[in-house]
Amino acid sequence: MEITPFVLFWAAIFTSNILLTNFLGMCSYLSVSKEVESSAGLGIAVTFVLTATAGLNWLVYKYILVPFHIEYLQFIVFIIVIAAFVQLLELIIERYVPALYYSLGIFLPLITVNCAIFGVSLFMVIRNYSFLQSIAFGAGSGIGWLLAILMLAGIRNRLKEKLVPAGLRGAGISLVITGIMALAFIGFSGIQAVQ
Amino acid sequence: MIVSIIQDTGILTAVSTILGIMLVIAERWLSNYGDIKININGKRDIVVRGGDTLLNSLAEKQIYLPSACGGRGTCGACKCKVSEGGVPVLPTERPMLSKAELADDIRLSCQVKVKNEIAITIPSDIFNIRKYRSKITEIIDYTYDIKGITFQLLDGDTIEFLAGQYVQLNTKSYGKVRQSVSRAYSVSSSPEHKDHLQLIIRLVPEGICTTWVHNHLKVGDEVEFTGPYGDFYMRDTDADVIFVAGGSGKAPIKSMLEHLQVTGCDRKMTYFFGAKALRDLYLTDEMRAFEKVFPNFKYEPVLSHPEPDDVWDGKKGFIMPYFKDVIRDANNTEAYLCGSPGMINAVTKSLKELGVPEEKIYYDSFG
Repeated sequence: MEITPFVLFWAAIFTSNILLTNFLGMCSYLSVSKEVESSAGLGIAVTFVLTATAGLNWLVYKYILVPFHIEYLQFIVFIIVIAAFVQLLELIIERYVPALYYSLGIFLPLITVNCAIFGVSLFMVIRNYSFLQSIAFGAGSGIGWLLAILMLAGIRNRLKEKLVPAGLRGAGISLVITGIMALAFIGFSGIQAVQ
Repeated sequence: MIVSIIQDTGILTAVSTILGIMLVIAERWLSNYGDIKININGKRDIVVRGGDTLLNSLAEKQIYLPSACGGRGTCGACKCKVSEGGVPVLPTERPMLSKAELADDIRLSCQVKVKNEIAITIPSDIFNIRKYRSKITEIIDYTYDIKGITFQLLDGDTIEFLAGQYVQLNTKSYGKVRQSVSRAYSVSSSPEHKDHLQLIIRLVPEGICTTWVHNHLKVGDEVEFTGPYGDFYMRDTDADVIFVAGGSGKAPIKSMLEHLQVTGCDRKMTYFFGAKALRDLYLTDEMRAFEKVFPNFKYEPVLSHPEPDDVWDGKKGFIMPYFKDVIRDANNTEAYLCGSPGMINAVTKSLKELGVPEEKIYYDSFG
């Protein structure tokens, strides 16, 4: 059955959240989730880059890698495309939307090494998505990631005044929380199983 | 087989090259802000090419703000006031700026990019800072990892500085290291010598500049540096003085003592030098000689971890417990500290507990 881009979009947010089911993009998720504001900034940047690079990498795969039979080079090519795109985006934002650059700018270089972005490009190839499906999957994954980091940031904000055992503080308690959130998200798969 | 490898590599190279060229073009086009005017202290205008950082733009016009980390935003030395036209404070600057500084429009000049007309305020003695060319005339091995290097200024040039200030060496490329970095080192010679100066440099494992100094520089080599920088110099009061130094932190205090030798000084001064073992002590005879020069000076080397075969009957352990023996009136005591941030923090804390006012504790930290 062909999954419509619409369904794929919602599925990527809830039932197969890139972070909570695949645990991709963990490093920036753990390190930037101290403040709600910066989490939102990074989340929005990730969503934008994810959507755009999913489309770009789909085109690169379909029109360069497949015709020349070099699919095995997809890892390198995808990473180069992502890195170049992020650089370009940084330049454009700095020039034309300075306000956005000052709130978001420093997160952009972080995104180059965010594995969720690379993961989406690889999933899109493995699952044989069409162009529209890829874009929808990219956008959905980005929003899903944004949702997850916002929730963690909110919870960590509340934990600030709580007594967390010394050994669990920081990444420890964050991972426990993430695990519980992932369990909760399994509840969504009752809606419809989509992969 | 080989043909396909060549073809695949070719395609990969082509893709990367195209992306690279796109980025280069985009950068030329997007980061070109044209010529931009910077007003300095309301007096002087300079015109720079926009797009670069304020620190670099000023350096191109021979105005050298201090910078110990080479523009990475980690040392906070390059602060300057951007009174007009400054862009919002970047998250990379915040950790280095206090609330009062933020309110006063103080910025890290290595992070601020010059994109529109701005007005800045910098201390006027910054204009005394300039680039000097010099030749190495002497390299002394003080210990197994500390060298004293003498730089003779070229072309009869002279330098004016205060005892305790520092200069920044600009490295040249060596071995596999291509980039040029600049690192700060305190002057260890007396400001009375205006035609040469000495730096004391300790080898830091993997350090770009110290490796260059220790393993590549020879007598006769030409070296560039900028300076003088810093507000670590002796205040002219009659308070008692405690000097504390570790490792190459001996440099600025040696300069101060040699300067005092010329001007004369009868203040009560105690100099604690912290080292691990006997092999880390150097210039001990020279420092002891100052005890005869000044009426009220004492040099106290303290070993924290003497080797089993070290013959040592001097002070041992940490420096901090010995302070209380030399402080007569804590309120009338000044402290000059130079060494690692860890040592400075511990000593500052201990001195404050003994009642030495925080504003009388001056330090130069090797961040």
